[in-house]
Amino acid sequence: MSALGPSLRRRALLLGGAAAVVGGGTAAALAVRDGDPEVRPVAVAPVGAETVPFHGVHQPGIDTLPAQAHAVFLGLDLNPGSGPAEVGRLMRLLSDDAARLMSGRAPLAAEDQELAVLPSRLTVTFGFGAGLFDAIGRAGDCPAVVRELPAFPADRLDPRWSGGDLLLQVCSDDPVPLAYAVRRLVRDARSMTSVRWVQRGFNPARGPEPAAVTPRNLFGQRDGTANPASGSPELAESVWVRDGPSWFVGGSVLVLRRIRMDLDTWDDFGRVGKEMALARRLDTGAPVTGGGEFDEVDPRVVDERGMPMVAASAHVVRAKARTPAERMLRRGYSYDDGPTPDGAPDAGQLFAAYQADAATAFVPVQGRLAESDVMNLWVTHVGSAAFVIPPGCADGEFVGRALLGT
Amino acid sequence: MLVSARPLRGPLLVITTACVIGIAGCAGGDPSPAAAPSAAAPSAAAASPAVSAPAVTVADPWVKTAESGMTAAFGTFSTTGSTPVTVLSAQTSASSRTELHEVVVGDDGAMTMRPKGDGFVIEPGAPHVLAPGGDHIMIMDLASPIRPGDQIDVTLSLSDGSTTRFSALAKETSGGEENYDDGAGSMHMSGGQGG
Repeated sequence: MSALGPSLRRRALLLGGAAAVVGGGTAAALAVRDGDPEVRPVAVAPVGAETVPFHGVHQPGIDTLPAQAHAVFLGLDLNPGSGPAEVGRLMRLLSDDAARLMSGRAPLAAEDQELAVLPSRLTVTFGFGAGLFDAIGRAGDCPAVVRELPAFPADRLDPRWSGGDLLLQVCSDDPVPLAYAVRRLVRDARSMTSVRWVQRGFNPARGPEPAAVTPRNLFGQRDGTANPASGSPELAESVWVRDGPSWFVGGSVLVLRRIRMDLDTWDDFGRVGKEMALARRLDTGAPVTGGGEFDEVDPRVVDERGMPMVAASAHVVRAKARTPAERMLRRGYSYDDGPTPDGAPDAGQLFAAYQADAATAFVPVQGRLAESDVMNLWVTHVGSAAFVIPPGCADGEFVGRALLGT
Repeated sequence: MLVSARPLRGPLLVITTACVIGIAGCAGGDPSPAAAPSAAAPSAAAASPAVSAPAVTVADPWVKTAESGMTAAFGTFSTTGSTPVTVLSAQTSASSRTELHEVVVGDDGAMTMRPKGDGFVIEPGAPHVLAPGGDHIMIMDLASPIRPGDQIDVTLSLSDGSTTRFSALAKETSGGEENYDDGAGSMHMSGGQGG
């Protein structure tokens, strides 16, 4: 038995473990508290210095998985009268900032090295809304689905959370470098843009569970089980534009929906009903029809009375991709801006789905859900925006340059 | 207001992953008039003119935005050679009038900018930082505004007869609170948050 108390002994284990895996970044140290059988292994990794490259074929922050723990989505509007020259200057500045910040450096002309040095997988992802295409005189190049998503029956969209000429998706496992990055990016953007909306989201922190575990949303569900694996052919086919103009190949389309959750009524619905609504168990994420988390729900299974165990309107039955073209990468974040003054929750999900073509993926899937999905009892879409995600850029270039033709 | 006198923190910012901009073509395949009369390093240049590396590399170059008048360019200069190299002068795409400036503390304690006629000496292994509140490339008589995100081409003439060209990104900042355009040319500095 160690002479150290339990907490000190644990700390020693953590520190020793962290030191041992510096540079690896993926290993985890395990710490077990004495005399506490309830405690599960705790994963600890030196995540602060981890970086994601900015330059490449694709933009970062999409196949950066698991998604970082924190995200800020910013919808910016270009100043009236902006043209290709202004957008070019803006994207050159912001791309330079992003590359530096993601590598752990302060932006040019900034000295805040200590705020930048531990980016914790910081990524900055840029998206172009229809207004940007209009501003640069390329209105016809904006995909129709990005210009205007169809109206869905259950939508209760608030302009406050909708639209935008330029999207900045900034993610990090640490909210401090994230806040710094957002502030510096907006500082460089603000002479040419105004902030239309900002939406902050979070996922489970890194550490409490192993990195490969599917995160939970605020309903308590494992959310993202059906996602394609990082770097997989399925992800590549689902997410990246392969056929199209050269300025778009390697890019993607982001649909961002702000989905409010009615957590009060969810709380009181009862556990069996909650699991039937999704058709998956809350604890493990496994289908209610049996199997493990990554097994599919089998709608043909019947109970001892011969009744189907899964409702035709269960969420995963309706949401499941029915063709390869319907697949997308869901990279959502929870939000919690409540409680309101009267104590009600103001929480939900920033549903962020990446796909090569939203017209064949998000639109038909959301069409099915809006038509019939038990979860509609508790979810309401209150914000909507869609963006072209240009491909990544090489060192010395900036995102969107090929579209701008400069 | 005086600029507090303290050592520049700039060198600490130079980390190994810094983007180093060095245009090899300037010293090699793009012979410039300045290189012809050089006597400093004739043999190396003659032996392999197409592959010789620039004597000075520039990391993190940027220029402060300005509507008119004057502004300044900054960055971190390093020499790749084993002997000191002096930056003698600079030319930019933003104006026809450029000077190398230093900031010195006068007898009255005020920090004053003044031309550094003998240039910036770049010692091997000792990056030379140009930053607000310190040495800088002064750009005068701007031909047109320098706006955020613009790129300004800068060409340095070096003591070995070669030149180095780089592109400086224009950024808005109030860093240093310098007023590079006080209209009278006296160029006193104000403010206290200089870098």
